Amino acid sequence: MQRKRRRLHWLDFVIVGVLAAFVSFVWFRIEGTLNYRWNWGIIPNYILRYDAEDGRWVANLLLQGLITTVRVSIYAGILALILGTVLGIARCATNLTVRMLARTYLEVLRNIPPVVVIFIFYFFLSEQLVAAFNIEGWARAIARQENSGVWEFFFGDMRRFPSMISGVIVLALFESAFVGEIVRSGIQSIERGQSEAARSLGMTWVDEMRFIILPQALKRVVPPLANQFISLVKDSSIISLISVQELTYKTVELVASTRAIFEAWITTAGLYFVLCFSLSMLFRRLERDASR
Amino acid sequence: MLDRTPIIDIRGVNKFYDGFQALTDVSLSVFSGQRVVICGPSGSGKSTLIRCINRLEEHSSGQLIVDGTELNDETRNIRAIRQEVGMVFQQFNLFPHLTVLENLTIGPMRVRRASRRDAEATARKYLERVHIPEQADKYPSQLSGGQQQRVAIARSLCMETRVMLFDEPTSALDPEMIGEVLEVMVELADSGMTMIVVTHEMGFARRVADLMVFMEAGRIVETAPPEKFFTNPESERCRVFLEQILSH
Ligand SMILES: Nc1ncnc2c1ncn2[C@@H]1O[C@H](COP(=O)(O)OP(=O)(O)O)[C@@H](O)[C@H]1O
Ligand SMILES: [Mg+2]
Repeated sequence: MQRKRRRLHWLDFVIVGVLAAFVSFVWFRIEGTLNYRWNWGIIPNYILRYDAEDGRWVANLLLQGLITTVRVSIYAGILALILGTVLGIARCATNLTVRMLARTYLEVLRNIPPVVVIFIFYFFLSEQLVAAFNIEGWARAIARQENSGVWEFFFGDMRRFPSMISGVIVLALFESAFVGEIVRSGIQSIERGQSEAARSLGMTWVDEMRFIILPQALKRVVPPLANQFISLVKDSSIISLISVQELTYKTVELVASTRAIFEAWITTAGLYFVLCFSLSMLFRRLERDASR
Repeated sequence: MLDRTPIIDIRGVNKFYDGFQALTDVSLSVFSGQRVVICGPSGSGKSTLIRCINRLEEHSSGQLIVDGTELNDETRNIRAIRQEVGMVFQQFNLFPHLTVLENLTIGPMRVRRASRRDAEATARKYLERVHIPEQADKYPSQLSGGQQQRVAIARSLCMETRVMLFDEPTSALDPEMIGEVLEVMVELADSGMTMIVVTHEMGFARRVADLMVFMEAGRIVETAPPEKFFTNPESERCRVFLEQILSH
């Protein structure tokens, strides 16, 4: 590999120059033609708001959205890991039908746009599940209770619980296909001798998977799984389309009520970036520590 | 000898890998307590044969009867047979994410439903037998090759099977570690274990074998007691093979 240069080259100036010209052009268009009135001042208030009645700071739209995004991502991440592991195992199964079903699921998800997938999952699956288990009524009952504090800590406003659960299921189903591929690659990376040793001891297939193959396979795929989790956080913005009140949904709401289009979207972009970039740094650090 | 039934009875077994015939009309009977050593050039089907015995490979035709149970597609039969037939691999195949002790207890606990206490007691007993009781809490990667192979032997012993299969157990070892593994195997043979060993260690074969088997190109070419096998083999190819292997 070539050694990385540390000094600037004339090409670097050209690149920076072109970039600067482009940014100025966009800027000029906004300032000159659109006659846009910047109003950054209102943004902080939509993150944290001082509640004069209660006399304390409370989360406003953007922070509420961010918190929901974090919650949804964590729950969908856990569910996707479980579903994905099952899918990954199914992809390696000896039974042809099981293998074909898992493969079909993956191919369908790969070849349909995410937004369409989300709507289909929503109307055909999660809506039905929510209705079938009467999650709506159950959540309302909890919301009316005195001590719903613990529930609210984990799930936010309980009246929005059914919508959030739908979002979690939809997102988890969507991501599980990719988690499944990662898990499959992990399982297939385990030497054949491991499975042969387990089988020659007389272990059942289930025990072989549970005690020998999966523990090794999952450990090997922690880095790609961590990356997939970051993708999941970003992908979670899609579920704003099914009215889950996460960051993107709240931003749309904010834009509708304030017309601060540029400020709101730039702020939201910044929030996503900070969230995902921190996760990425954290995972990189954990990986480095683990490999020491 | 006449009225005894063999513990392993291989009758006219053929094995094909997508058209390639790896075993051709192989027949062999092994009786309880017998030590059979199989040798032959590389690619002659030795591994394939012993892997058919515990169904790591599926034979294509013929009959394979282990301890009175015929090997067929029934999972119950296969698992029952695997519980009577242990196997030691060339590459050890220890479980790297488990400690030595856990490597030894997982079989008895999951397969035989032994309690942890019993399984650990058994494990320590057999670690003693293979002369490494002090390594119980280490991970396989912390052991030398010779120690790892002895752990693998102990893992198989913990299942207290009636037969043990060895597929070139010393071929992946550095020369200075071969001795310690063979020593353990000799002790095992002396204890009366039924063994089928694929190996080119002719010193070991002379010392323990009751029956020598020579394979070539998927066939059993010669079966003879060691006295005859080493001094006066019937087939020319076996003679040439022995000359090559003993001279080097
Ligand atoms: N899984 C397999 N697929 C195709 N051919 C195989 C496979 N395993 C073994 N063979 C072939 O079968 C023959 C016998 O192999 P093997 O039993 O491993 O020989 P040995 O152990 O005596 O060296 C070889 O020619 C080998 O290439
Ligand atoms: Mg071999």
